[in-house]
Amino acid sequence: MAVDNQGFQGSEQYVATDDLRMAVNAAITLQRPLLIKGEPGTGKTMLAEEVAAALQMPLLQWHIKSTTKAQQGLYEYDAVSRLRDSQLGDAKVQDIRNYIVQGVLWQAFTSEVPTVLLIDEIDKADIEFPNDLLRELDRMEFYVYETREMIKAVHRPVVIITSNNEKELPDAFLRRCFFHYINFPDPQTMMKIVEVHHPNIKEDLVTAALHSFYEIRNLSGLKKKPSTSELMDWLKLLIAADIDLSELKDANGKPRVPPMQGALLKNEQDIHLFDRLIFMNRQNR
Amino acid sequence: MLIDFFYSLKKAKIPVSIQEFLTLLEALKKEVIAPSINNFYFLSRMTLVKDEKYFDKFDKVFGAFFKGVENLLQLYPEISEEWLEKKFKRELSPEEKAALEKFGSIEEMMQRFKELLNEQKERHEGGTKWVGTGGGSAFGNSGYHPEGMRIGGPSAGNRTAIKVWEERAYADYDDSIELGTRNIRVALRRLRKFAREGQDLELDLDQTISATAVNAGYLDIKMRPERHNKVKVLLLMDVGGSMDDHIKRIEELFSATKSEFKHLEYYYFHNCLYDYVWKNNRRRGVEKISTLDLLRKYSSDYKLIFVGDATMSPYEILSPGGSVEYANDEAGAVWLNRMMDHFSQFAWLNPEPEQVWQYRQSVGVIKDLMRGKMYPVTMQGLEKAMRELSK
Repeated sequence: MAVDNQGFQGSEQYVATDDLRMAVNAAITLQRPLLIKGEPGTGKTMLAEEVAAALQMPLLQWHIKSTTKAQQGLYEYDAVSRLRDSQLGDAKVQDIRNYIVQGVLWQAFTSEVPTVLLIDEIDKADIEFPNDLLRELDRMEFYVYETREMIKAVHRPVVIITSNNEKELPDAFLRRCFFHYINFPDPQTMMKIVEVHHPNIKEDLVTAALHSFYEIRNLSGLKKKPSTSELMDWLKLLIAADIDLSELKDANGKPRVPPMQGALLKNEQDIHLFDRLIFMNRQNR
Repeated sequence: MLIDFFYSLKKAKIPVSIQEFLTLLEALKKEVIAPSINNFYFLSRMTLVKDEKYFDKFDKVFGAFFKGVENLLQLYPEISEEWLEKKFKRELSPEEKAALEKFGSIEEMMQRFKELLNEQKERHEGGTKWVGTGGGSAFGNSGYHPEGMRIGGPSAGNRTAIKVWEERAYADYDDSIELGTRNIRVALRRLRKFAREGQDLELDLDQTISATAVNAGYLDIKMRPERHNKVKVLLLMDVGGSMDDHIKRIEELFSATKSEFKHLEYYYFHNCLYDYVWKNNRRRGVEKISTLDLLRKYSSDYKLIFVGDATMSPYEILSPGGSVEYANDEAGAVWLNRMMDHFSQFAWLNPEPEQVWQYRQSVGVIKDLMRGKMYPVTMQGLEKAMRELSK
């Protein structure tokens, strides 16, 4: 990899595939925002934390909700407190600066050291939200009308944006980003991830558990497929309960209802469907 | 060389922009990647393609381009066996038909053909040459793209990156056939009009500040109603019969509409509007709502949208008793006219393609009744309809 040794290489807690590493490093070098999509639970949000840790930069997080406005990321003018202070004759009231509340982008732009900025779940916001941030992310500057000053980035932050694909993002916004789609990990990568999260786990237990996990994932008709994070929880439970290997399979090697399936399947219909399939499977033997 | 690549992507209808292309070049110049084709694949994909639904198209173009093959820009949709079979039957020359007799049946021929294809695939992967025409085959299959044929075949070998685009793992995400809901939403946004009315109050900051200033610095709080989307929509939808083909698209349209308006009322009818409508398709026999009630209940500032294919016999619209379901006292046309007279803004959305309208008499009749305001369910049609409705 041509990026020097401070590039992102994944970490002890986070397994990054080659293409993901390259995407992150290209975004850092070219100072473009990196848009990350992927199934829920594939570690999109965690990526920002790991990048920040690996580059030893502080991480600033902006979690987007349906009510979030772009302006809130820049700054807010707290006129109500100023009004109240003026009623009380507070001396503070003379300077409008006391009532400007800095947003996450402002903090990232003015920080003394380079930062990693996470804009989490951008698709939750209003459909126009990304358009309102175009200039801010492109030029890394914005204007504060109340104090008539221009806030410019001292260091361009490493911007990581995640999306769950609930809304499509506008083209103008997409053009300014790099894009990476995190695939659901294949079984080999999954083994690595499991090792990272649960060292010393009995190897055959993992193999058997992974096997049932992918079997469940491949069932068609599930409302919500279990994801990596659910697998981790399930393994945790299996270890905690010290489940025996034989519990995952019956004598003939046919799958059976795995113990603690509640960690993997999150709604009633799925559990019913699963039970029915297992039952049919039994009858077939 | 890369400029050609850029244009190939553009021809394949992947939305790439010059800005993104320049970014890619900048990345190459800054040596973000070690010079290898795999790294280049990932780098170019992340700079040029911004939605996983285009990954499949990108894989195809990339594969074709970097195999150094010209003229592969024509992309093929997934080729179904049915399609192949039809195509071959059509293209057979008399001699070939005779040859076909020897094979016995079309199934055997397809089998033989598949074997041939497999051979070709292996030869190609061995690195000699891409297959242009089906050399030696009796089938006259010249001019198709061999990569198209490999679609759906088992992907061989281990998962090196070069296989990623050959595997075309992203085929599922390609959705170019459908009208995306974002587009529909953006079109429907034209209808939105914000207005302040009603109960919920919020602090009116500007007014409060100036009122306080006028009040010599003593706080004078002003409140105002919250901004609401004022647009009210009454949606009447045709269900059943010839509309079944369009249900998916209409559902999509409907789900997009639902979140865009504060007041959205919908009712169903069958073929043409008569003296009653219903709200629940399963209980349509029981819960009838009189059309006259609609006229009384909804004020004339509601925007009225019909959705239907307007395909029926003209007498179903024009004569009393014309309904296919029951004996209606008044003709559908009378009811439609009553609606038009009451609501000042209305439109009819027709999911059938505009080209076929002229061949159906009833479409013309309805269009006249709607005073020409009939629009197809395409992006352009929706835009026009919304512009009409917001006049």
